[in-house]
Amino acid sequence: MKTDLSPRMKTALYGLMCVLLIPFVFPTWWMITSSVKPISDIFAFPPDLWPRRFDFSTYAQVFELQPFARQYWNSAYIAALVTGGTMVISSMAGYAFARIKFPFSNAIFMVVLLGLLIPSEVTIVPLFQIFLGWGMINTHWPLILVPIFGAPSVFATFVMRQFFIALPVELEEAARVDGLGRFKIFWTIALPLAKPALGAVAIFTFLHSWNLYLEPIVFLSSTQMFTLPQALTQFTDAYGGAMWNIQLAAATMTAIPVLLVFIVAQKQFVEGLAHTGLKG
Amino acid sequence: MSASASPNPKPPFWTIARRDAAAGYVFIAPQLIGIITFVLVPLGLVFWYSLHEWNVLAASFNFVGAANYQMLLADPNLPQVLVASAIFSAGLVILNMTLALLLAVLLDQKLKGMVVFRTLFFSPVVVSLVAWTIVWSFLLQNNGGINGMLAMIGVEGPNWLRTPTTAMISVVVVQVFKNVGLNMILFLAALQGVPKELYEAARVDGASGFKQFRRITLPMISPTILLTSIITIVGSLQVFAQIAVLTQGGPGMTTTVLVYYLYQQAFQFHFFGYGSTLSILLFVIVALLTFAQWQLRKRIVFYEN
Repeated sequence: MKTDLSPRMKTALYGLMCVLLIPFVFPTWWMITSSVKPISDIFAFPPDLWPRRFDFSTYAQVFELQPFARQYWNSAYIAALVTGGTMVISSMAGYAFARIKFPFSNAIFMVVLLGLLIPSEVTIVPLFQIFLGWGMINTHWPLILVPIFGAPSVFATFVMRQFFIALPVELEEAARVDGLGRFKIFWTIALPLAKPALGAVAIFTFLHSWNLYLEPIVFLSSTQMFTLPQALTQFTDAYGGAMWNIQLAAATMTAIPVLLVFIVAQKQFVEGLAHTGLKG
Repeated sequence: MSASASPNPKPPFWTIARRDAAAGYVFIAPQLIGIITFVLVPLGLVFWYSLHEWNVLAASFNFVGAANYQMLLADPNLPQVLVASAIFSAGLVILNMTLALLLAVLLDQKLKGMVVFRTLFFSPVVVSLVAWTIVWSFLLQNNGGINGMLAMIGVEGPNWLRTPTTAMISVVVVQVFKNVGLNMILFLAALQGVPKELYEAARVDGASGFKQFRRITLPMISPTILLTSIITIVGSLQVFAQIAVLTQGGPGMTTTVLVYYLYQQAFQFHFFGYGSTLSILLFVIVALLTFAQWQLRKRIVFYEN
């Protein structure tokens, strides 16, 4: 909207943004560099922005102190299942609420939307009892079933519904005249067009599952079953003090892969989230 | 499907409309059954539990009516917990929305390299929440990086996480930097959707940059502001991992927000009945806030499509 910025103004804007960037970028830098400092240097004064000595053994110790590879796999496969499951459930429900006429559809949609009002923190006590009754405590089932079918997927369904409402209906009408069934239309026509919305749903569903913390510490009790967020807090010495460099090595391994995927695909990430659904 | 022998065939039962309706129910069934099983039934149960004195360790489960609610009103910790929640949520929402809007306006300028800045401001959103919190916990230690850098310029920093005021500021700020990128790009998309002609017309009329922002930009993006503020407030009431990692609710109870208190009562002290009562309180607060914001919509939001 402004094309007439003076050179001085431009410099000022760049300067302001660089200062504002510090708290966003510095912690990641500090996490990576501190994870390869020997423990004696970790609280060195003055602080070292670049390690004066390197100690890569922290990364090996992460795997010695905990079944970290197993925990990594736990988090990864749970997040993958939850993301895939949510995409299926929410795209089907979102499509039906947007396109198909059936009795009570509005009333049912209102009931589903209640899920947005009831965060899973509210129902954590009865959910614990339900999964206790099903013999699923200290299994990954609660971390898979609740996000796919419960409150967290409602937001995804809402986003998909908004997307399908905005999608022109003509393409589907033609297919209907040709006698195509609903499922065929959904699968071969509507869903391929919904890739941007599905991408956005996939991203925030994955991040939600990847970040879950309350649910794992309530439902899981053995280190073999732990997910990454839970495991990260377990690197403590015999007195309960944090083993900072090892903890930061584990944190780095947790953060970097997702960060790299984001940097490679940042355009799809940001634009997918910005232009989908949330406008209605 | 119907019998074809009769001379006057009835119209088939499976008309297109009926087939469509059946498909509709099949499509929504998993979501609806899931919501009933994992949201509505648990909500009913949590209310039922809240009417019971229930200590898991003592294996006691007795109907006590409203006793837990009387206990709630008399709980000496509750005012502090509610104040901590209110300060946290208010601080988070105000800081988050202001910073998100500022960053979005900056990124909306036509300058080279904006994509790089946008990517970097957004990057904490994709960093694992607990990893992000652990790094900040490390930075905020008494002998940690932040106080080290302050000492280099001759300032003696506080023990951030062990002093009541700075502990609360810390948990708010750590959470703001983690997630502000999300609101930032939603605002940025909204800003880019404002028709350029409006600004041109305003400029012809001689309106200043600030006036354009207040009279054109803000009203035009008000639906986005409302939606993001609802999401941010409800999200702020769910904060748990950050508190658990940074302060464990301390020092004292100064950062014990409602969800953390609920977790302590139910899963550390094993008072499931009272924990359920606190859950109901959390639900009522979330519902009231959401309802109030939807009501405000009519007064504040300039237009809706």
